Amino acid sequence: MPTPAGAAGHSELGGPRLPPERPGGAWAWARRNLFASAWSTLATVGAVSAAALVLPATVRWTLLDAVWRPDYQACRALDYRGACWGMVAEKHRLILFGRFPNAEHWRPLVATLLVVLALLVSGHPRAWRRWLLGLWATVAAAFFVLMRGGVLGLSPVGSEQWGGFPLTVLLTLAGVGASIPLGVGLALARRSGLPLLRAGARLYIELVRGVPLITVLFVATFVFPLVLPQGMPLDALGRIVLAITLFQAAYMAEVVRGGLQALPRGQLEAAESLGLGWWQTQRKVILPQALVLVIPSFVNSLLSTFMDTSLVTVVSMYDLTGALRLALGDAQWRNFFIEGYLFVGTIYLVCCFGLSRYSHWLEARLGRWARQEPSRA
Amino acid sequence: MSEPIITFRGVNKWFGKFHVLRDIDLVVGKGERIVVCGPSGSGKSTLIRCVNRLEEHQEGTIVVDGVELTEDLRSVETVRREVGMVFQQFNLFPHLTVLENVTLALLHVLELPHAEAEARARQQLERVHIGDQARKYPGQLSGGQQQRVAIARALAMQPRVMLFDEPTSALDPEMVKEVLDAMLELAQGGMTMVVVTHEMGFARSVADRVVFMDQGRILEQAPPAEFFATPRQDRTRDFLAKVLPR
Amino acid sequence: MPLPSVSWSSRSGRALIVQGALLALLILAGAALWRNTQGALAARQIRSGFSFLSEPAGFDIGEGPVPYTPRDSYLVAFAAGLANTLRVSALGIVLATVLGTLIGVGRLSRNVLVRAGCTAYVEVLRNVPLVILLFGTYLVLTEFLPEATEPISLPGSAFLSKGGLHAPRPLWAAGWGAALLGLPLGGAAAWLLARWARARRARTGRGPAVGWAGLGLVLAGPVVGWLLGGAPRGLELPEPGPFGVAGGLSLTPEFLALLTGLTLSAAASIAEIVRSGLLAVSHGQAEAAGALGLRPRQTTRLVLLPQALRVIIPPLTSQFLNLTKNSSLAVAIGYPDLVSIANTAMNQNGQALECILVIMAVYLSVNLVTALLMNLYERRVALVER
Repeated sequence: MPTPAGAAGHSELGGPRLPPERPGGAWAWARRNLFASAWSTLATVGAVSAAALVLPATVRWTLLDAVWRPDYQACRALDYRGACWGMVAEKHRLILFGRFPNAEHWRPLVATLLVVLALLVSGHPRAWRRWLLGLWATVAAAFFVLMRGGVLGLSPVGSEQWGGFPLTVLLTLAGVGASIPLGVGLALARRSGLPLLRAGARLYIELVRGVPLITVLFVATFVFPLVLPQGMPLDALGRIVLAITLFQAAYMAEVVRGGLQALPRGQLEAAESLGLGWWQTQRKVILPQALVLVIPSFVNSLLSTFMDTSLVTVVSMYDLTGALRLALGDAQWRNFFIEGYLFVGTIYLVCCFGLSRYSHWLEARLGRWARQEPSRA
Repeated sequence: MSEPIITFRGVNKWFGKFHVLRDIDLVVGKGERIVVCGPSGSGKSTLIRCVNRLEEHQEGTIVVDGVELTEDLRSVETVRREVGMVFQQFNLFPHLTVLENVTLALLHVLELPHAEAEARARQQLERVHIGDQARKYPGQLSGGQQQRVAIARALAMQPRVMLFDEPTSALDPEMVKEVLDAMLELAQGGMTMVVVTHEMGFARSVADRVVFMDQGRILEQAPPAEFFATPRQDRTRDFLAKVLPR
Repeated sequence: MPLPSVSWSSRSGRALIVQGALLALLILAGAALWRNTQGALAARQIRSGFSFLSEPAGFDIGEGPVPYTPRDSYLVAFAAGLANTLRVSALGIVLATVLGTLIGVGRLSRNVLVRAGCTAYVEVLRNVPLVILLFGTYLVLTEFLPEATEPISLPGSAFLSKGGLHAPRPLWAAGWGAALLGLPLGGAAAWLLARWARARRARTGRGPAVGWAGLGLVLAGPVVGWLLGGAPRGLELPEPGPFGVAGGLSLTPEFLALLTGLTLSAAASIAEIVRSGLLAVSHGQAEAAGALGLRPRQTTRLVLLPQALRVIIPPLTSQFLNLTKNSSLAVAIGYPDLVSIANTAMNQNGQALECILVIMAVYLSVNLVTALLMNLYERRVALVER
């Protein structure tokens, strides 16, 4: 026989209680997170002793015993017991700006700052309006005027003298920027109803994604001069930008295709049932939604292109990596290459880490936006 | 009342600082059918998930078929062999066929010979009228069929108690009946069942006792006739007004 | 069959016209580029065609498994380069998979220190270009190690110097053949044992656990073969001499730097793939398995791992292809892979177009073969849906 009805004697009890105290906060935390099992304890002991061994030496080398002045004799006297940041102090302008004439270094500096500022402004979804295109057109024009010179009383500087961080930024943004329309076109072609167009797009994408970037850079350096018309005004830098664009477009096409596939079929059907033509459907309905969806992936492309541009040093361009190698060509300072690579590596690390955090933030934010949309409408 | 098979005594549980089960006392007798209901977030699912220790309680004792649930892993293993569970989201293994889903634990937990495991699995699949789907994969079945496979998978272990955690909540309306029918047949066979559900029709026709929970407490428990006719608490009346068709 | 009407007003007609125009455009552009190229080649007096492949290459290749001399043809030189590409890639894939799996699992560890260390590794390595890593490693190896004439002595008669790593190499003897033969025999024995255990388990429900015994058999095969073959113990030891270390197994600093760079950076990506694969299996799966009475280890082996692998393997394969493509960065530090050799060749004879075509053809075939294998695999393990 079941228990008598209404026997729940505790229903008159007061509100919820807090959980019973668990023994000693820090100690309990350590038991859960550091000594949960024999293996965990072993790992903790291993990690702590490794840190005890490495950390003090690292701190001594990088900070305490380091030489910060560009003083070659002092660096030599260290005999590698401390870092010679003097190498960076001595060569930072060469590393950051390559072979750009020394007296004119303010120009690439201002140009790069403008671009970085524009990037920061573009970062927030609230800025995604039509005026942003105008901003970028202005910034791009200013960048080229500052770098190239020859107007407004600026002395002309040929693109073969551009280098360092501005070149890395230029290659990345020009490559990714130009690859977006191409990639969108390829993605649409790959999903088009015309078999020839579809096959062509697919062939191009697979072909480019199948080969290493370095071959594409070789094509730019050795094959473009043969294949392109003689009169075409394309210098070495232009050819490399073109190559990076063509390479990146294939990857961009796949990114955009991912966004197109993520859209529900209903969108296409709704647009068609309203009587919109193919172009109108794509332009007004499909692309705006798909492109917003893939913006985080765009940021990731930006990140990987930023790192990939370091390859151009192989075809004798002096980007950030190439300029560092230029700086290390100085036999006197060459011994302190580790400091140089740490400096440049940190620049890449900070930029890329920032970009990838931003991409995560954006993804979470856009995800929320996409989920909220039905209730907003 | 019959010999108890599940006993909760003074059970308390917290998720962080949130007091999710408060002073739970509950005895389930052998062969009894209990329906647990209450508003969402009232701790119903947590309550039955404590029975096979998918959730750990922090205060009080839970005894299942004479075994007290403690940190000791062997007690958990023993209890889990005696207790079958059916989940809201089915949780079938998508990489195994229907038959393999059912035989997996027979082979690896009970260590039955292959032929015997397969025979037992087929028998259980027949019992929930799904024997002809044995070679398919879960992804090829409808929600209702998947849930019936999940019931067969749990039954094949010959448990002494079956737990159902909102078994019909993830189903399309037209599939609810086939799952409830399978549960009804099971109840008629004398299985001890603890069912968390919003299906008040099922509670009315099958349950020996309805347990009503709110804010982590058991507010009321009574045979269905009494529970639906003369609820004692305001909260229960509120709840029933919302879920019962008028 | 009615001909499709070629008119702009019908859908099929429009498709036909657009595609026809597209084809014409492509042919015109191709022809223009072809004429440009012919003109440019003639102006620079560069010949074209692949006949150069059979001519002697004339340059030296530093290392590699393919026996090659400068008098061999370009074709042999390319083959030697390809062998070097495959050698460093294959080894890199194995090492990166092991390291990446450990780090990926470590990122899910309950130990905070392990978790933090693995996370830091992934974040740093994924955000620093491979080129930087390669140059850095290569410079460390070639600048800080002692001259080859005064190498560092490592335990086991190995030597490390600017000339690379030199280690003892077993001298070929008939016994090694027997050891090699023992490997498949040991494998076959392990397979038979596993089959027997499985059959027994099917019959009685209980079967002995034979995992370790099987592994033992696989390892015992070569050992027994080696013993039966007379246990050859002849080693070619590397000898430090006035011109550096000679003899034994030698790994150049270029190879070591490339292998290290590729492994470290790919391991970071693989760790992310492994981690997200493990996280992709829903928590409900582990709960359902636990509720059925499966032990944690059984749950992992029978339920979680098979599902995680389905998520992991496709991106893992493309990571392997990435590593193979990235091995072309060899050209930056002078390891003679396919791309470096092609680079040397085109600098020498000016036939850039042909050399680049060779590189592309090889990489595309590698991709194609991998893609075919992947399709087969995916068809086999795809989860069947409605």
